[in-house]
Amino acid sequence: MSRRVGVVVFPGSNCEHDVVEAMRVVGADAELLWHGDATVAGVDAVVVPGGFAHGDYLRPGAIARFSPVMGAVAQFAADGGPVVGICNGFQVLTEAGLLPGALQKNAGLKFLCAPAQLRVETTDSVLTRAATKGSVLEVPINHFEGNYTCDPETLARLRDEDRVVLRYVDNPNGSVDDIAGVCNEGRNVVGLMPHPERAISELLGSTDGLPLLRSILA
Amino acid sequence: MCDHDLMIFSVHVEVRLRPGIADPQGATIERAVPTLGFAGVRDVRVGKSIRFEIDAADEATARSEAEDLCRRFLTNPVIEDAVIEIAAGVSS
Repeated sequence: MSRRVGVVVFPGSNCEHDVVEAMRVVGADAELLWHGDATVAGVDAVVVPGGFAHGDYLRPGAIARFSPVMGAVAQFAADGGPVVGICNGFQVLTEAGLLPGALQKNAGLKFLCAPAQLRVETTDSVLTRAATKGSVLEVPINHFEGNYTCDPETLARLRDEDRVVLRYVDNPNGSVDDIAGVCNEGRNVVGLMPHPERAISELLGSTDGLPLLRSILA
Repeated sequence: MCDHDLMIFSVHVEVRLRPGIADPQGATIERAVPTLGFAGVRDVRVGKSIRFEIDAADEATARSEAEDLCRRFLTNPVIEDAVIEIAAGVSS
């Protein structure tokens, strides 16, 4: 079982401490990984958290992918290690080429901060292997650029290969095919816009993030 | 090649959102325009303008490098296109 989880910190990340706390709640030994260090320090799983890495300058994730740590994250992913990108972390992973597609501005032209209902579409991914297929989870979204898009060929591949991991029940942002999260071919890299680390306690309004976070350790 | 064989080229890259990609800034500007009395302004799209200089042996090389830079960094080809203008400069 994976126990040590590294949470990448870029200048401008702002969800890293929430993710560390949430991973500890599900039993992980979580630590921060500074973006300027070209290593993942031997952890068993990596989470790229939300925020505004490098100020979102140029485009969300565009500069972050050049941070020294990202080479190590890419190698870790190539070796089969679990990598999960949440919100801005999802944007970083698409810019880094670890996941297909891109996140464009929300279709409704509004910044969205609200609970969202997510349907688990596959349990064959590092983010959903401890979840139940078809179950609906309530997890908050908090983004402006969360409208997932990709070319038709990529979308066809994602569907054919069962790589749409999570879909919105009520699409809040215009994402193609209601996509909230996707995985890579190896199913060990997952990106999602919603924030499972904000749904880990009844005090926060939902505990539905727990099966997703437990999956990272499974 | 020696440095004195290189020329300086001024490059202007216009980054445009591809057709169909959401542009909240453009939509907001378009909604505001009629309140100033401008009728018939439509299809407002907001992009980015990036300028830099590049040292290269000739314009074709400069353009090739600029295109590569756009493809790999300055644009996300999934959602953006680049229009590149190059002005020949002087020998460096």
